[in-house]
Amino acid sequence: MTGRARMDIFDVVGPVMIGPSSSHTAGAARIGRITRKILGEKVVAADIGFHGSFAKTWRGHGADRAILGGLMGLDVDDERLRNSRNIADAAGMKYSFRNVYLSDTHPNTLLLRVTGESGKALKLQAASIGGGRIEVQYIDDLEAGFAGDKPTLIVPHYDVPGVIAFVAGCLSEANINIARMGVFRQEAGGAAVMIIETDGLPEETVVEKLKLMPSVLNVTLLESL
Amino acid sequence: MFQSLQELVLGAGEGTISDFAIKRQCREKGEPVGAVLGKMYASLQVMREAVAAGLNPKVESVSGLTGGNASLLNKAVLSGKTAGGTLLGKAATRALATAEYNAAMGRIVAAPTAGACGILPAALMTMQDEYGATDDHLVQALFTAGAVGIVIAHRASVSGAQGGCQAECGSAAAMAAAAMVELRGGTAAQAADACGFALMNVMGLVCDPVHGLVEVPCVYRNVAGISNALVSCDLALSGIACPLPPDELIDAMKAVGDMLPSQLRETGEGGCAACPSAAQP
Repeated sequence: MTGRARMDIFDVVGPVMIGPSSSHTAGAARIGRITRKILGEKVVAADIGFHGSFAKTWRGHGADRAILGGLMGLDVDDERLRNSRNIADAAGMKYSFRNVYLSDTHPNTLLLRVTGESGKALKLQAASIGGGRIEVQYIDDLEAGFAGDKPTLIVPHYDVPGVIAFVAGCLSEANINIARMGVFRQEAGGAAVMIIETDGLPEETVVEKLKLMPSVLNVTLLESL
Repeated sequence: MFQSLQELVLGAGEGTISDFAIKRQCREKGEPVGAVLGKMYASLQVMREAVAAGLNPKVESVSGLTGGNASLLNKAVLSGKTAGGTLLGKAATRALATAEYNAAMGRIVAAPTAGACGILPAALMTMQDEYGATDDHLVQALFTAGAVGIVIAHRASVSGAQGGCQAECGSAAAMAAAAMVELRGGTAAQAADACGFALMNVMGLVCDPVHGLVEVPCVYRNVAGISNALVSCDLALSGIACPLPPDELIDAMKAVGDMLPSQLRETGEGGCAACPSAAQP
């Protein structure tokens, strides 16, 4: 954990968590948890890739159990994390672990491929950056770059003029302040994604309104982790 | 939130660092005092449960490298076989119990990190057991520890990967020492001096986990950490001023951390991890 401008006392006396490592256990659980939230449904299959320090130490740090627990929605302080492999087995969840090599990324990075109960698939790359904090780097190969510690809107869309203004306008009308925003695209006019971190939690009506825009493909609202 | 120990001492005035820190926490987060104290009380309970659970002789880590030794130490202390007397022995036992429980995927409070989670609970439970400090006093003292931790995180780091073990177990010892000074009726200036002593005592300590796991030497460094905190607290309580300004020692620790090669910052490539017998299984 490094010096941060807005650090408070519960960042240094806390979090309450299942050990042994804030980065390799709590961070791994959070990555699993946010993956489950982004998928938006129960995870029935998961292929988990460990990069860097994770690849060397995942077993001893219980990162496998932490991720599986997170994928089932467990929080970092939930004692069921310890037995999550058994819980996943009992629920009929399929999972596999392997080491991967990812170039040019944080030393503690995970690559997850998950499938939901409806058959929906998601590929996600995220890093555990220390003290249990995480950064989602890629969603389905599109750059993301958010921490999940604030309400976050993920808006895949077509890269056409006016989409960003429309989305920002809807949030403005709802009196929601944008804390941080990123727009990432693969090529001009192609698939793109907006990642918007907000101070307040947008209501469901805002999400429904955003979905009315034809160039908006989908809207996922994540509450803060 | 806090930039220096000097700021904490000035803010405390004739009062305590904890009162100053609680006020600031409430103001900056916009939360009522009751909620903030209640949250910390919940953390204290987790600490207490972890100390108790870690004494079970059956505690074992996933790797099998650690576990069950807190139970051995406890028996030795209670039967009078140890050299350090009961207060030190019991404090050491509590630190080891919490650290071993953490390694066994137990629920703990990172303070400031999971790897150094045994030191602060050991300090608090020992002050309660030996001197009758109430839970309310312990909750107050946790805010003093937290304020110190914020200063260290702000000026240096509390991450072994960045600053070595001095930044983890060293910072935890500094936090615990300040908390104990307050619980024993010392002044805010003495609490700051105790931090200075604790950091000075482990300046340069490297982070060298065997197999890259938070186990060896980490759980034993938690034991060393509580003993460091106790003696640093006593030096300050006796009126000995830290020979160097505590804030300068935090800055020095940061500079030392920056000089440490990556092999000695949690990569498991140097120090204890480089012992021939520590080779990968």
